[in-house]
Amino acid sequence: MATKQQVLVLYLSSSALDANVIAWARYDGTGKDDHMSGDSDEPLYRSGMEALADGWRLIQASPLAAHAPGDEFRTGYLKYEFFFEKLINDE
Amino acid sequence: MMSDCVKLNSREMAEFAAEGLLRFDGIVPDVINQQFLAEAGSVDTPNGEKGSNRTIKSLGNLMAHSSLPEVTPGTVLNTAYKETTALGELVRLPVVRGAIESLVGPESMVDHHFLHLALPSSYYKAAGIPQRTQHTHQDSTIDPRRAFDIQLFYFPHKVGLDMGGTRYVPGTHLRIVSESAIARYQNIRGQQHVVCPAGTLILMHHGVWHGGGINRTGEARYMFKIRLNPSIPQVRLWDTSDLSARDFEQRPIFFRKEATNPNDIASLLTRPQPWFEGDTGRLEYINRIRFWRYLLGDENFDADYWVTRIENEPSVTV
Repeated sequence: MATKQQVLVLYLSSSALDANVIAWARYDGTGKDDHMSGDSDEPLYRSGMEALADGWRLIQASPLAAHAPGDEFRTGYLKYEFFFEKLINDE
Repeated sequence: MMSDCVKLNSREMAEFAAEGLLRFDGIVPDVINQQFLAEAGSVDTPNGEKGSNRTIKSLGNLMAHSSLPEVTPGTVLNTAYKETTALGELVRLPVVRGAIESLVGPESMVDHHFLHLALPSSYYKAAGIPQRTQHTHQDSTIDPRRAFDIQLFYFPHKVGLDMGGTRYVPGTHLRIVSESAIARYQNIRGQQHVVCPAGTLILMHHGVWHGGGINRTGEARYMFKIRLNPSIPQVRLWDTSDLSARDFEQRPIFFRKEATNPNDIASLLTRPQPWFEGDTGRLEYINRIRFWRYLLGDENFDADYWVTRIENEPSVTV
């Protein structure tokens, strides 16, 4: 029996897990679902807490970094990134 | 100026400063659209060839036999496209010309152009390769300039929902990222998918995040993109006759007794996007205000006190 990983990436509106989802991505190691850019306009969950409640395990959260002097107002990548996983027994 | 032009007004410019784009649905007459499609040429019919380079070959063949011109980077727009060609007529349409001149000036330069094809599902099936959407990306490379290029996205034929029209995220243009480093962001709240009538033009700031979709129809989808560089500072190039003293005044913030006018410049510059983070959404306002200062040539402009507050450093008199 092979264990395969499903990955959910949620981008939240703040560093709090109960904050709203503003962006998302999914990758399915079982190959049953094929997710790609632009495939949904509404997220599966409204917050990180909803994902936890549905059995997703949090495996990484982006750290809060100090703002470099002179760079305080530059915006770039989405700031609050949370990686979740589910392990699936794939027979 | 090479033809009559209808310039943008200040509200449209403020909308561009905030959203990073202006959309003109069906603005190009169909006679030009048909001429463009004829000049562009058609894609090869499927021949059963297998392999992932098949779509590249199809595009290569199309470009080799197309009547669309090659253009050397830095060519002044006025001289890039002959008046009798579809692209020559398109860039000389008064509204198109006016929008271009409002954003990048009367002597803008062609950076490059490209024909983007979304081939139908049958091509991918014949080639045995999966049909995928394009990752979300920002064009070119890391670009921290205050000056900006524009990109004309031209849709010469009707684009239905199943044709995978360009996906874009309004308001992302001021974010400094490195091209496809943002590919992991599969979906973003507020993302748009182009569904439009023939002859639609979208003028985008070079920084807007975007990507192509999957064409699930039996016909190829065409989109032609022209990138234009400014050759002069982009200061008050639009029709500023609608600017009034009210557009420079501060207005009460937070505790307000009356609703704000949504058409105030300050309202347009502080309109949030669904994908805004709580804290960096405020940085977006600040960056939009600074962008508007550049466009206005006025380093004192502010909207709702966002920049004035953080610039307030009272001097000490000894």
